[in-house]
Amino acid sequence: MRYFYLIGMMLCFVMSGAVFAKDWEEQHLFQAPNHTLTLRVLSSTDTSLFAPIIDQFVQQNPNISVEYLVTGTVDLYDTFRQNASDFDVVISSAMDLQLKLTNDGHALKISGVSHPDWAQWGQGLFAFTAEPAAIVINRAAFAGRRKPQTRQDLILALRARPEVFRGKIGTYDVRASGLGYLFATQDARASETYWRLMEVMGSLDAQLYCCSGEMLDDVANGTLAIAYNVLGSYAHARPDALKKIEVIFPSDFPTTMMRTVFVPKETSQRSAAVSFLKHLILPSTDVSDLGLFRVPFLTSEPNDMGQSMIALEPALLTYLDVLKRRKFIQAWEDAIIQPSF
Amino acid sequence: MKFLLIEDNIQLAHAICSRMGLDGHVIDHAETITDACAYSETNDYDLILLDIMLPDGDGRDFLTAHRDGHKSTPVIVLTARSQVSDRISILDLGADDYMTKPFDHAELEARCRAVLRRRGGPLQTVKRIGNVAFDPVAGTLIVADETVQLRNRELRLLEVLINAPGQIFAKQKLVDRLFSYDDNVSENAVEVYIARLRKHLLGSTVQITTLRGLGYRLDYD
Amino acid sequence: MTDTTRISGSLRNRLATTLIGGAAVLAVLLFVVVRGYAAQIAQQGQDSILAASASSILDAAIIRDGSVEVDFPYSALSILSTPSDDRIFYAIYRDDTLLSGYESLPRAPFDGSATTAFTTTDFQDDAVRFISARRILVGENLRTHVSVVVGQTQDGLTLTLNRISRNVAVFGIGFFILAALLSYWATSITIERLTRLTISVTRRGPQDLSPVIAPMPVEMAPLVASLNTLMDRLDQSLNRSEEFIAEAAHRVRTPLATVRSYAEATLQRVSKEENRQALRSMVRAIDESSRAAGQLLDHAMITFRADHLEYQDIDLVELVTEFVRSFSPLAEMKDIEFSLHMSPPVHIAGDPILMQNAVRNVIDNALKYSPCESIISITVSAHPNPRVIITDQGPGFPPEQLNTLTERFTRGDNAEGTVGSGLGLTIAQDVALAHEGHLELSNLPKGGACVTFILSA
Repeated sequence: MRYFYLIGMMLCFVMSGAVFAKDWEEQHLFQAPNHTLTLRVLSSTDTSLFAPIIDQFVQQNPNISVEYLVTGTVDLYDTFRQNASDFDVVISSAMDLQLKLTNDGHALKISGVSHPDWAQWGQGLFAFTAEPAAIVINRAAFAGRRKPQTRQDLILALRARPEVFRGKIGTYDVRASGLGYLFATQDARASETYWRLMEVMGSLDAQLYCCSGEMLDDVANGTLAIAYNVLGSYAHARPDALKKIEVIFPSDFPTTMMRTVFVPKETSQRSAAVSFLKHLILPSTDVSDLGLFRVPFLTSEPNDMGQSMIALEPALLTYLDVLKRRKFIQAWEDAIIQPSF
Repeated sequence: MKFLLIEDNIQLAHAICSRMGLDGHVIDHAETITDACAYSETNDYDLILLDIMLPDGDGRDFLTAHRDGHKSTPVIVLTARSQVSDRISILDLGADDYMTKPFDHAELEARCRAVLRRRGGPLQTVKRIGNVAFDPVAGTLIVADETVQLRNRELRLLEVLINAPGQIFAKQKLVDRLFSYDDNVSENAVEVYIARLRKHLLGSTVQITTLRGLGYRLDYD
Repeated sequence: MTDTTRISGSLRNRLATTLIGGAAVLAVLLFVVVRGYAAQIAQQGQDSILAASASSILDAAIIRDGSVEVDFPYSALSILSTPSDDRIFYAIYRDDTLLSGYESLPRAPFDGSATTAFTTTDFQDDAVRFISARRILVGENLRTHVSVVVGQTQDGLTLTLNRISRNVAVFGIGFFILAALLSYWATSITIERLTRLTISVTRRGPQDLSPVIAPMPVEMAPLVASLNTLMDRLDQSLNRSEEFIAEAAHRVRTPLATVRSYAEATLQRVSKEENRQALRSMVRAIDESSRAAGQLLDHAMITFRADHLEYQDIDLVELVTEFVRSFSPLAEMKDIEFSLHMSPPVHIAGDPILMQNAVRNVIDNALKYSPCESIISITVSAHPNPRVIITDQGPGFPPEQLNTLTERFTRGDNAEGTVGSGLGLTIAQDVALAHEGHLELSNLPKGGACVTFILSA
């Protein structure tokens, strides 16, 4: 599958004559039949997850081609900071970074969009998915055993069988992943359990990942027994993997991320970008029924949902503070990276 | 008849005196209320003609005093005020009649006669000529014990003629005495009244003679 | 009269404009003051939140191993959340070195030893309220200043202010409308007094110069007082001119009497026909002018009295009888007889002086036109309306002029300066009209005029 996209990527290099040379994780051009303009979408989400809905957009807007560029959340933030005018739509799962870009005035104000208040910020940044952080376990590793439902359960399970889990626990490297950092800081903010869990995981030689996809792959193939703070939605995008893994949403406190999108003020294709944004946040058809979209969209009964979400508010800037981040990373490293015994 | 004229305007007084003298009346003239009182104390008048505006007071004051002194002499007020309200107050004060200036002397005489007739006073005015007795106030003519009631114009014509027996009166003069000045009457109208008088005087020693081209004259035996 | 009145604005409009204008000014003032006050309150609210945020950041500052750590709580920024998603900015400095946060934020200068300072500046295209706060940190062998700048855009504040402004504006407009209605009402009430005065003066007859006695508001008292004074003066002046006219007539009448008496006397003496003719004309002229003067005075007096009649009980029979007696010497002179048809008293309510004038003029007229040795018939009857019918045996009214004559009696149409018969009947007509009656003129079938003086029942 990925090779298919690689071909697309090659095509893209030829056709768009990219403004600057960069190695993208993925790069795909959704070619419109009556192409007149190309929207450059900067995203942190794998192409496979969004391909159906982008296809649908191109079908409905046959003159707009979409170039979909994927990179990690932190890199996405840095790339955008450097070349804001090169992109027409920015999608990321790192709510804090997205909020900072919006707070710094990069998001175009789009008025008249009927969207719940808690799912948007300043009429510029719009949330369109609700994706909880999950504990993903290898079914084989827990065969015949009680599966952990809370973080506390997880700590007990790890302590009970350290020999089984040593070297086979994975989680985000918060230094490299923006989303991982967001999940970590929100967890730490919610409960002290997080730090105990990190210490336990550190003592069991936890493996650090940049991305959810890779963690899922490793849990599925048995390299890992447990992955913590993985995006469950990615698991659903891997139907074959689901046979080997189980996705558990911790019942003690949910940490739910909302994927957010904004149109940069700097874009030169405002109307097309805005209609793409509206297409994302206000799907015209029930995409989940069509099986087109593999990401859980925000549903229209958000009131109780809003409670469990990471709030889209300027306080997200708190952990982006240099001093705070330095201190948090310090504490995290102290917990998770321990000299091997 | 004997009149007392109380009038401060001397010219008017003279005019009245001279006009009334023509009819054979005797007139005393007083210019002030004081004089008037003095005159009326010492003389008997048949009638008093009173002006209202006088130098030493209002004519109405004289009227009041006159009535308070139980004098019976009738008073005719000569007033320059024509308005009804003035006339009423004059009558209320006891005047017998009033006349508004300027006035017709024939009307004045008519009113005098009417007043005197109403009073029914002593008939000093009866004139006897030959076997005829003429009472100008009552308007009666007695010829041989037979009393005739004269009509107004017969009376006035007879009065003119009887006051100056033997005198010739031109027709035109008689017309002026008999008719008002705005009536346009021919001289012949007089003849009608002359004829009527002659009829009344039949069988008396008084006759009216026609002098052709000159007028009429009353003669008696 | 109105044609000559110069109009300069309307008192009502001026009053209403002043009041409504005042209300408008008050409403605008109210709006400005309340909005200003609200802005101040809202700004204070924002400032206190900014201060709380800044102080919770500062409170978290500590010195560890010679370096400054600021582990500020999540709430330090989350309290800055607003419904309108205001953007926030912050920066933490050690002395003047930026430790973290946004670069190049404006730092409000501290006033003396104050630890906080506020400023509002444009930052990144938005009006932003900034607080600067500082604190001295003391560690081992170390003493350093930590300061923090927290800023927040003012969208929420503007939203709140706009909402308050809208409410205040609605309130102000409501106040204005209410005030305008009240002004209109107050103005109407005030003007109504003037209108009432105007009506009471307008409804008066032209001769009614009595003072206005209705109670007046103190502000109108001077106007009414001068109006009363004016009417008093007018009344006096009218009375004087009336007296003057009467006096003038009087002064003329005596010399006229002199001339007439002399003329009559002279007429008896002269025998030349042309002299006699001249004297007769003179006498006639004197009579005519005397009669005209009398009737003009009578007519003026009737016009004067017609507007405020002095009603008294009058017996028409007695009235007529009296005049017949007074006229009988005159009638006698033409050997005219009065034939009276009246038995029971006929009582009416009327102005005696006017009634006497009317009856006198009608009888006078009849006498004037009656031939010698004729009969004037006078009937007084109470049914169907009180009336006096006077017929003579004269030539009667010219038939073609019967209507014209009636027209000429109408009030005010005496411009022809009619002397003689016309005015006499006009007087009678005016009196009848003043008593809500009328005058009927007709000719008898067998000749002679018939004048019917009819009063209302």
